[in-house]
Amino acid sequence: MENFTPVEALIGGVLIGLAALSMLFFNARIAGISGIFGGLLHAKRGDTLWRTIFVLGLIFGGFLLQRYLPSSLEFTVTRSTAIIVLAGFLVGFGARLGNGCTSGHGVCGIGRLAPRSIAASLTFMIAGIITATAFNQLVGGNI
Amino acid sequence: MLPLIMIFLAGIIFSLGLGIAGMTQPEKVIGFLDVMGNWDPSLAVVLVSAVVTFFIGQKLIMRRTTAFFGERFQLPTRTDLDSRLIGGAIIFGIGWGLIGLCPGPALVSSISGDGTPLTFIMSMAVGMYLFEALHLRYSEEPDGGAGPLDAPATSK
Repeated sequence: MENFTPVEALIGGVLIGLAALSMLFFNARIAGISGIFGGLLHAKRGDTLWRTIFVLGLIFGGFLLQRYLPSSLEFTVTRSTAIIVLAGFLVGFGARLGNGCTSGHGVCGIGRLAPRSIAASLTFMIAGIITATAFNQLVGGNI
Repeated sequence: MLPLIMIFLAGIIFSLGLGIAGMTQPEKVIGFLDVMGNWDPSLAVVLVSAVVTFFIGQKLIMRRTTAFFGERFQLPTRTDLDSRLIGGAIIFGIGWGLIGLCPGPALVSSISGDGTPLTFIMSMAVGMYLFEALHLRYSEEPDGGAGPLDAPATSK
């Protein structure tokens, strides 16, 4: 467990919670990133600007991270293009089919004690654990 | 204008939180999900601290009838579990476990110029788009896949 970074995890987690609270308090919305991003793909009038601004905020945050905390954007997990494409597709399709991802179901949904979100979060957690563990056991993680 | 500025700030804080927590590094996520490897419980700490923060704050916020700028809260109301929810979560979890990226961290990392998050986002968008297209074609729901987390605007 020498990779465990509890202090950073705690600070980051609280910031994520505060950002989601800000969305609820000022904008009356759940900060579900797959839903916000996905809504841009079937644009409706008057429903695109706020989504775009939120995504731009995420990307601008990435810019700040790159500048002041570059280690946070370093990738050491290497996957073949085929696996990246497959993973992206499954994440996108699954998040829309299941109405949410780690932010909407995981943070906001569990934080509201919503039964659907608790069930979805447990399910994707278990599916993720089985997949990642099997993958690393079977192919050593590099494919 | 002010609500949009607050959304932009929320996006930035969310992004910084993900980065500081290490959730933009797929190996931290894989390190948690791969329970037989060199296990890294950081993701659990991130999730619990975010959930507890949100739980406490939303209790206070939901005493209000409207949000700060007078908008009515747009919250999911369904409580039933169905196969669509669980099936979607399984598909999502498999993709997440394969690479250690989910939508938020992928968007944050897209600025790095690394090909992995960009490829991932493009493929994710295709997956989302295909879902919307199939859903609009085959579902009787009138909302075209705008699920409970994406509830229709009620009032302004």
